[in-house]
Order: sequence, then structure tokens, then C-alpha cells
Amino acid sequence: MDLRYNDEQRAFAQEVREFTRANLDPSVAKKVLDGARLSREDYLGWHRALYKKGWVGAGWPTAFGGTGWNSTQQHIFDEVTADEGAPQLMPFGLRMVAPVIMAFGNKAQQDYYLPKILSGEHWWCQGYSEPGSGSDLASLKTKAERATDADGAHYIVNGQKTWTTLGQHADWIFCLVRTSTDGRQQEGISFLLIDMKSPGVTVRPIIMLDQEHEVNEVWFDNVRVPAENLIGEENKGWTYAKFLLSHERTGIAGVGRCKRIVKRLHHVAKQATAHGQPLIEDVRFRDRLAQVEIELRALEITLLRVLDAEREKRAPGPEASLLKIKGSEIQQTLTELTMMAAGPAALPYVREGEHEAQDVAWLSDEAYRYATGTYFNFRKTTIYGGSNEIQRNIVTQLVLGL
Amino acid sequence: MNFSLTDEQAALKDTLAKFIERDYSFDQRWKIIGSQMGWSREHWSKLADIGAMALPVAESDGGLGGNGVDTMVVMEQLGRGLVVEPYLGCVILPVALLTQGASDIERAGLLERIASGESMVAFAHTDAGSRYEREQLKTRATFANGAYSITGNKIAVLGGDCAELLLVSAKVDQDAAASLFLVQTHATGVARFPYPMQDAQRGADISFVNAPAVLLGERASAQAAIDYALDAACAALSAEAIGAMSELHKITVEYLKTRKQFGRAIGMNQALQHRAVDMLMHLEMSRSMAMEAAVAMSEPNAQLRAKSISAAKVLVGQACRFVGQQAVQLHGGIGVTHELNVAHYFKRLTMIGASFGDCDWHLARYGESLLAA
Ligand SMILES: Cc1cc2nc3c(=O)[nH]c(=O)nc-3n(C[C@H](O)[C@H](O)[C@H](O)COP(=O)(O)OP(=O)(O)OC[C@H]3O[C@@H](n4cnc5c(N)ncnc54)[C@H](O)[C@@H]3O)c2cc1C
Ligand SMILES: Cc1cc2nc3c(=O)[nH]c(=O)nc-3n(C[C@H](O)[C@H](O)[C@H](O)COP(=O)(O)OP(=O)(O)OC[C@H]3O[C@@H](n4cnc5c(N)ncnc54)[C@H](O)[C@@H]3O)c2cc1C
Repeated sequence: MDLRYNDEQRAFAQEVREFTRANLDPSVAKKVLDGARLSREDYLGWHRALYKKGWVGAGWPTAFGGTGWNSTQQHIFDEVTADEGAPQLMPFGLRMVAPVIMAFGNKAQQDYYLPKILSGEHWWCQGYSEPGSGSDLASLKTKAERATDADGAHYIVNGQKTWTTLGQHADWIFCLVRTSTDGRQQEGISFLLIDMKSPGVTVRPIIMLDQEHEVNEVWFDNVRVPAENLIGEENKGWTYAKFLLSHERTGIAGVGRCKRIVKRLHHVAKQATAHGQPLIEDVRFRDRLAQVEIELRALEITLLRVLDAEREKRAPGPEASLLKIKGSEIQQTLTELTMMAAGPAALPYVREGEHEAQDVAWLSDEAYRYATGTYFNFRKTTIYGGSNEIQRNIVTQLVLGL
Repeated sequence: MNFSLTDEQAALKDTLAKFIERDYSFDQRWKIIGSQMGWSREHWSKLADIGAMALPVAESDGGLGGNGVDTMVVMEQLGRGLVVEPYLGCVILPVALLTQGASDIERAGLLERIASGESMVAFAHTDAGSRYEREQLKTRATFANGAYSITGNKIAVLGGDCAELLLVSAKVDQDAAASLFLVQTHATGVARFPYPMQDAQRGADISFVNAPAVLLGERASAQAAIDYALDAACAALSAEAIGAMSELHKITVEYLKTRKQFGRAIGMNQALQHRAVDMLMHLEMSRSMAMEAAVAMSEPNAQLRAKSISAAKVLVGQACRFVGQQAVQLHGGIGVTHELNVAHYFKRLTMIGASFGDCDWHLARYGESLLAA
């Protein structure tokens, strides 16, 4: 047993770091490090740089254009790029729908969609949740009715999805739709790929508590979807959906991102003062920071253990739920500590460009500009991707057998 | 021991509760926070008509002579309604400061104008980059040609967006202790950057460069008044938090009963039931400590007062965090949207926790009282 990186892995880390420094737009890196909002272009610029290098499909098999990296290499890649301030690669195409298409899609679907996911030509979003179907996903109602006319077999889709992350940027949405009301709820669900430009698709913004536009409602009004956009078999969508969810959960742990926030926090805690001394000298704050760092190290090793054990299997098991719970909690603790470090400087809500526009000095430390908004925003991490209560239910049933 | 309100206090509570119900629905508040100014003069006048502004002002200064418990009654209702008008910033704080730190002559007239709702006066205290520091002020005053002038940077000044007068804490030259000054907001050398706070209240960063200032009280002897005023603010915030938390708890329990998943109310799940019970425990412990803080504002011994205030701020701060976070969590996705009141309560509770000393700061202050004993 050895928990350190070997020479080869260190060399790989160095290679990733040098590439990132040479190819990541510094203004985007600054935004990421500050916790600012990113535009579609900010995400895609980095995506394209990686694509040119052949580094987009980190977890993909080489047959589909992936890097063929093992789990440790993938982890090193995440860690180093996050540390340098690279935007997170959007998971919806790369880590969610792509594995489903690889495992359950037909050859034509694989040939059409996968290259466009790799290149960044298609931005995907996830159409699972509905207003009445959040935790109880299988109760979803968005209806797809199969029909055939002169233009061929197709589905007519009606209903509403919600909480669709960055749906405002998306070209495609993968949806769970109801194709049957017979039998168990789970047995009437299908997995459908829908072009966001189809007539009848409407995207409406939902403003989140940090006053940013991150999620959306997506409405379907008699949307015609070619039958060839169905993944696998009709009414088997639930199997594919669950396969995808377990992929989402390992990705959601966010270890690389957490390490970056920790580093930033060290810096911030040395700048801020408490009782006339640097905040890092305040044992209460320092202990909190130490505690979360220890937990993060434990999470990192656990993540690598889970990934390692899963090499042989097709999808991660229920252990992924433990990673999601702990990872989301650590992310929340870190954003909370950053806000705490700000003290009263956490109070102002200053929109981008506002104080420049007024031509007055902003006296509160700009380093904290996004601290409170990020804390607010990160309350989502224990809710999305299956809430932490639902994750605990999964472990209760599938691991403990209760 | 007596836990009940006087008849006057009960009547006051009633009047304010009606004001919140009639004039401060979520929709009405939504309009107010979306307006240019971000708060409403009309609602400010209504609060003045109810007597809320005159309440903390001593009778000898033209007010109603209310005590900490009266303030608690008001703040709890303002918390329920998430009222954004700067009652804490432009009434509680300046009244406490002027009463404790200015001479009869200096405060004559001014307190009366605050009591009537005519004058807006704010307290510019927090130095940029000093977090919750109360004593080691960076802002400096100098005396030349028979007058004082002030130089420094103050942040997150509650009501600083609209106040016409500022009470400013500063140290004169090499003085060991702080002094208190009155500065006209429109004086030369004063620049402000007004902004909304994270919770939709309004404030400002204010910089002073050789701004003309009038000394209040004795030079280098304002610390006691500053501490008193900041303690009064903490007591008021504790009461406000109770109002906000009890509403938020009620809303959350109601949601547990009505939101259905897996064919039944989500409140049928024991994990969520117990969470709601823990929220209630935080709320009730906090309610007790808000009372402790309210009564402590009449305590003549400043050390004893400080201990009670910090004790309250620690427990209330922890409760604000737990109740706020869990209310959001138990609402699921809808809990993190701007359109629902839950997030607005959560944000206000978070900011209460971060105002005038967070839990760690007050725990340290309480701990120091153990060393002194
Ligand atoms: C920022 C954000 C982004 C999102 N992005 C997407 C996206 O891109 N695509 C998508 O499809 N969805 C997305 N979601 C939706 C997300 O998956 C759901 O919010 C989540 O599944 C919870 O559903 P809900 O919001 O309806 O809450 P509900 O299911 O109503 O849950 C409310 C509360 O009850 C609890 N609860 C429910 N059932 C149980 C139970 N049996 N036992 C114990 N507790 C229970 C929950 O844990 C929660 O605390 C996103 C959500 C957020 C907040
Ligand atoms: C030191 C001591 C002194 C005592 N003195 C007295 C006495 O003077 N007179 C007397 O009559 N009894 C007495 N008791 C007994 C005590 O009341 C019982 O131990 C107690 O009611 C729990 O019952 P149990 O031990 O059978 O545990 P169980 O009821 O078997 O409980 C085991 C665990 O399951 C949990 N649990 C059970 N049901 C639920 C549920 N529905 N939801 C969630 N969790 C649940 C419990 O909280 C506990 O953690 C005493 C016990 C102790 C330890």
C-alpha cells in the first residue's frame, strides 16, 4: 500500500499543470479563483483547448476518443486543473449522457453524438426533475406519445422539466419521459434525446437565492422528436437513468474544487484580522480549517478507493452515495468558512461593475465579493443529484439492508 | 421571575403584528426591495406613527422611555416581516450611542428628531479590514485650528445609504481610547458607496478624508457608549432572529405537511421530522436567550451585560445557521430560489449571524469573562 503519487504520476501532474498554464485564459482563471460567474464562452474556451490536446474525454474509453487514463490519472487531472483555476468541464454531456450512449445507445447514436460532446459542439442539459417529481423521480409525468406519419416514426412530447442547470446554454437535453402508465411507475419511463431548438421547447429562467440565473424551467408543448432519438428500448429508461445517476454522484464529490478553496482560504485567513491579529492565529477559526482539511483528505482517499474498486465494474455502486454526502458537506463547510473569514465584509451585495460605474471606492475587501453568494448558492449541493436524505435512504436500503 | 409582557407591551406587539400583516406581506416587501431606494418612506412613517422610533428614546429626551424588552417586542415583529427599513441602523444604534455618549446639550433636538422619524442618523463604526474589532480603530481624527477632522474607511454602515448624519468612531491622534464624532454626510471629504446588503437591507461603505467632524462627549471616552450601542444592536438582532426563525419554522413545518413525494407527505419521514424538532429546539433556546439579552440591556454592570449579550449572540447565531440551512434543505430545490420567502429568511438569518460579531467572536468574548472572574 502506498498513498503517495509515484514519479510517473508526479510527472503527469507536472505535464497537466504546464499545459493548463499555457492554455487557460488568465481572465477565466481569475473568475474561477474569485468564485465569479462564468459565461458559456468561458466554459467552452477551456473545453476546446483540452479538445485540441485530446484531453476532454478523461473517463472515456479510447475507442470513443477518450484518454484511456486510469482513475488516479483522472483524479490528478481534476486536482491540478482545478488548482490552476480551470472551469469545471460541464458534466451533462461528458459524464452523464455520454456513458449512457456508450452503454445503451446504438452505433448511429454513438457516431453522431459522442464526437460532438467531445468537441464541445453540443452543450447538453439534464431533463430529469419535474415540479412534482424531485426525490420521487419515477413519478415523472412528461408524456411522450409514439406516432408515425409521412415523415416517419416519432414521439410527441408534452410536459415540464425543472431545475435544468444551464439549460439556457444548451443545444440538447436528455429527458426521462413517460411512455406508459401500465404497471410499476419505473416500467413506463423512456430515455429521450431532444434538440433544444425543436419547435415547442420553451426555456424560462429560475433566479436562485444568490440572484443568479443558473437553473431553468423547460416546457414541452407538442414537441416532435424523431423515434431514432430514443436510447435503448422504450420503457427501459429507468435502468439507464439509474446508471447515469451513480456516475453523477462520484463526479459530484468535487475534491479538486475543494482543494482549491482550501488553498484560497489559507490565503484569506492570513489577510483577515481577528482581535488585531491575522485570522489564522484565531484558534477557533484555525481549528475549523484544520478539521475540514482532515475530512477532505479522508474524502480524497475514499474517492480513490471507490474508483479503484470500480475499475472492473460498469457503474459505481451505492458507496458513491457516501462520497456525494461527504463531498457536498465539505463544499458547504468551505464556502461557509470563506464567508466567516470575511466577517462584516460578507454583508454587501455588489453586482458586477457597480462600484466602477459609480466611480467610488469599494472599501470592503473585494476578495470577499462572491463569498456570501457562493455560500448561499452551495446550499444546492446537498439537494441536487439526489438529496443527501435520499442518499442516506439508498445506503440504508442497499448497504445496510434495513 | 416574570416572563409576561406588560399591557402596554402586549398592545405594542399587537399593533406591530397588524402592521406586518397589513403592510408587509411578501408581495409588498418585494415591491419595496425592488424600488430605487430599496426601502419605503411610507412604511418608515407608519413605524414612527406606531411610536417605534420614540420607544427607545428617554422621556427626558422627548421619547417614550422604553427598555430592552420593548425593543425586543418591536424587533421580533420586524423579524417576522423581514422589514428592511433601517430601524436597527437608524434608531436602535444612534439612540443608544447618543444617549450614552453625548451630553444633554449635544443630543438635544437630535434625539427628538429621531424619535419623530424625521432624522436619519447612522453609526459608521466598522473599519475596513478589521472584521469585528470594537476598540483598535483605524479611523483617525485630528484637531487643528479649533476643529476636528476625520480620515478613515468604514464599511457595511447600516442605513448609511440614506442617513443625513453619521456618528463616527475614531481615535484622536495617539489617544488610547476611541472618541465619537458627528459628521454631516454631505460634508466635503465624505464619499459613500451605497449598496444593497445580501439580505436586501441597505447600507454603504463610507470614506472620510479630512472630513469636518464635531466631537461628542469627552475625547477618548467613547468606548463605553460604543460597547453599549453594539450590545444593544446584538440584543435587537437576537429578538429579530426569533421573529424570523419562528416564521421560517412555521413555513417549513407547513411544507412538510403539504409537499408530497413517494405518494405521501415528506413530513412522514422520520429523518425530516427530527430535523424539524431540532429546529424548534434551537428556536426555543434562542428565545430564552433573546429574553436574557433584552433584560441585560438594563444591567448597570457593563461586564455582566456583555456576558449575557455574548451568550445570547452565540446561541442565536448557531440557531440562525441551523434553522436557516435546514429550512432551505427541507424545501429541496424550491428552497434555493429567489422567488420563495424561505431564501429571504435564510439570507437575513445568515446576515444576523455575521453582524456585530459572529458566534466565534462572541464565544471568545464570553470566554474572556471567565478569565476575568
Ligand atoms: C441548483 C440545482 C440544480 C439542479 N439541476 C438539475 C438538473 O440539471 N437536472 C435535473 O433533472 N434536476 C436538477 N436539479 C433537481 C434536483 O435533482 C432536485 O431538486 C432534487 O432531486 C430534490 O427534489 P425536489 O427539489 O423536488 O425536493 P423534494 O423531493 O420535494 O424534497 C424536499 C425535501 O424532502 C426530502 N425528502 C424527500 N423524500 C424523502 C424521503 N423519502 N426520505 C427523507 N427525506 C425525503 C428531501 O431530501 C428534501 O430535503 C437541480 C436542483 C438544484 C437545486
Ligand atoms: C439507566 C436507565 C434507567 C432506566 N430507568 C427506568 C425506570 O426507572 N423505569 C422504567 O420503566 N424504565 C427505565 N429505563 C428503561 C428505559 O425507559 C428504556 O430503556 C427506554 O424506554 C428504551 O427502551 P429499550 O431499552 O427497550 O430500547 P428500544 O426501545 O429497543 O430502543 C433501541 C433504540 O431504538 C430507538 N428507537 C426505538 N423505537 C424508535 C422509533 N419509533 N423511532 C426512532 N427510534 C426508535 C431508541 O431510541 C433506541 O436508540 C431505564 C433505562 C436506563 C438505560
